[in-house]
Amino acid sequence: MLNMKKVKNPMPEQDPAIRSTNFEEVARGYTPKMAVNEAMRCLKCRKKPCTKGCPVMVKIPEFIAKVAEGEFEEAYQIISETSALPAVCGRVCPQENQCEGYCVQGASGEPVAIGRLERFVADWHAAHAAKAEPAGSEEGESIQQGKKRKVAVVGAGPAGLTCAGDLAAKGYDVTVYESLHKPGGVLAYGIPEFRLPKDIVAAEVAKLEERGVTFINNAVIGKSETVDELFEDGYEAVFVGTGAGLPSFMNIPGENLLGVCSANEYLTRINLMKGYLPEYDTPVQQAKRIAVVGGGNVAMDAARCAKRMGAEKVYIVYRRSMEEIPARAEEIHHAIEEGIDFQLLRNPVAVIGDEDGYVKGLECVEMELGEPDASGRRRPVVKEGSNFILDVDCVIMAIGTKLNKLILETTENLQPNERGGIGADEGAATSHKGVFAGGDAVTGAATVILAMGAGKTAAASIEEYLADL
Amino acid sequence: MYKIVKKRRLNDSMTWLVIDAPLVAKKAKPGQFIILRTDEYGERIPLTMAGHDSEKGTIDIIYAAVGRTTMLLDQFEEGDALADVVGPLGKPTHMEGLKRVAVVGGGTGNALAYPLATGMHNEGIQVDMIAGFKNKDMVILEDEFKAGTDNLYITTDDGSYGEKGFTTDKLKELIEAGNKYDEIVAVGPPVMMKFVCKIAEDYGIKSVASLTAYMVDGTGMCGGCRAIIGGENKFVCVDGPEFDGSLVDWDELIKRNSFYKEQEAEDAAHVCRLTGGVRYHA
Repeated sequence: MLNMKKVKNPMPEQDPAIRSTNFEEVARGYTPKMAVNEAMRCLKCRKKPCTKGCPVMVKIPEFIAKVAEGEFEEAYQIISETSALPAVCGRVCPQENQCEGYCVQGASGEPVAIGRLERFVADWHAAHAAKAEPAGSEEGESIQQGKKRKVAVVGAGPAGLTCAGDLAAKGYDVTVYESLHKPGGVLAYGIPEFRLPKDIVAAEVAKLEERGVTFINNAVIGKSETVDELFEDGYEAVFVGTGAGLPSFMNIPGENLLGVCSANEYLTRINLMKGYLPEYDTPVQQAKRIAVVGGGNVAMDAARCAKRMGAEKVYIVYRRSMEEIPARAEEIHHAIEEGIDFQLLRNPVAVIGDEDGYVKGLECVEMELGEPDASGRRRPVVKEGSNFILDVDCVIMAIGTKLNKLILETTENLQPNERGGIGADEGAATSHKGVFAGGDAVTGAATVILAMGAGKTAAASIEEYLADL
Repeated sequence: MYKIVKKRRLNDSMTWLVIDAPLVAKKAKPGQFIILRTDEYGERIPLTMAGHDSEKGTIDIIYAAVGRTTMLLDQFEEGDALADVVGPLGKPTHMEGLKRVAVVGGGTGNALAYPLATGMHNEGIQVDMIAGFKNKDMVILEDEFKAGTDNLYITTDDGSYGEKGFTTDKLKELIEAGNKYDEIVAVGPPVMMKFVCKIAEDYGIKSVASLTAYMVDGTGMCGGCRAIIGGENKFVCVDGPEFDGSLVDWDELIKRNSFYKEQEAEDAAHVCRLTGGVRYHA
């Protein structure tokens, strides 16, 4: 039975006025009834355009059909065939540019809420069937083949976790090295609790451990051991998924004043180091008026955390307009609901400090959009003489990252790509025999799901490589 | 878990810990640091290693129980374990081509100067160690410095031990007396390092300063430890911790290192008791 509604079933959410004072998850998830109802909006297109939009090629119409039948565990098993982290993807993927962006329903109304359904299915599984059979267990033969062959994964973020999960499902002996004290990468240190509860990340990691993956935290590969030494330790292949690296700053005057920090630092103190909980020691600056510079998901996360940490006024300062803003639509929607003040077509030129060296303002200029640049987006141009000062006592820079050179500098024969990341081909193979790389470490800052796609590709390539070895 | 193998009191406030951390010890070199976390609720703090034993898989740290985390750390006894130790981080001390150096340590900084001075000495570099303290009670590592360097000069601000005066006075005196140094290494409070590096500059000698800064991850990800070196922003964790002393913007560094002081002082007042990783909140 088809549900003819042109709009998605709305997602139950915490009230903006209440949620902007707590770190509990904003979106509460569908009830089984809502999920079934939403699943019935799927037209079961023969060409499955939605699947093309998914970097890990989840069998979307198939799992949605199971949801419509109320067979939620079966739906989960279908998603699990290709996605290592469904509970995560359902929450953080930019579905509007991916699966839902290709949904035929979207042409004349809203697309099917694929992300919300994925989340529902993953959460249902976690609540009802947590100890289900590991995916791929039916492939007994390949497990035998994979057994005892050791693979090292460097970095326990989305790329590394996906790669480890896929290889473990095939029976490989996988060890994941993580430089921080908890696995998860950006899922642990970057994305806030209210968007991605850390219990979910921990559960995904625990699932991998059940499949036999070993996690070694506090291990900085390139420092404590090099990639080349991992081979000496008996690993036959290494996947490098070390993430985006060093935060960029604008190189404007006053950027080292007290009260200016990177979004990476601010978010890590709050998310990984739990600075929002009184029982944790982590110091977090208690600013009243905060400007977050940037328009990506990281900027939205920082701004919404700032609000929850008690800031009275939080600005997003972004140099282009709402048309070009790169953050996920839902994040912008939520940020606006929570009272974040969007200063669009504005660009900082200097941070102003008081006599003690603390931030007391952010000088900005107004921008207008000129001709399209190489990226196809209209280039922002400064309106001369439009300078003004935002009254803030904290500035958070969320303007992207530069690539970390540690692995490149400490690994023999590993070549960079033109962006300065680790050079890797479409199959994630690098110039170094047996070394594969993917995710932000290769592409520069991108999304969780693209990193997962790269981890998946790498796992397949590693399997092929080891078979030929 | 990272077990404390040995705990040795150096004086009323300073303590030497030997910690089981094989992955760190394997590759550690003088000048590098670790980040530790006492327990689940603890902050991540950077500490320069005071030494290591690759074979036994242990590392050494010396701390002064002055801040919240070091006060908590002080509650740990032999056999207890820390939640996290990660390293070795940062670049090792540069030693190539050096024949003779003066290492200047101030207060707690002497604990960090110790591995540099003895590490250089072990590489065949002649090391004159100038160790400055507030008073006699604060003097640490005298025997270790004597055994591990070529000449040891102890100064105290009040003259209660060694020579009366500041390390900078002694450094000047040694240079004036005709001692030729390839490099002067400063480890201690930023104000002291600033003046040591100034003296080096005045005499046309290369200086190296080992900087400390707030940091979270220690691998370049947070950018909290940025310092202006030669007019450019550098990250102490990955570009340092040692920098050419003549290029450091000292006044800015001193300011940045005071950022969380108030919050920390408040929290330190709440530190009550902690043993074996179990906390008791007041």
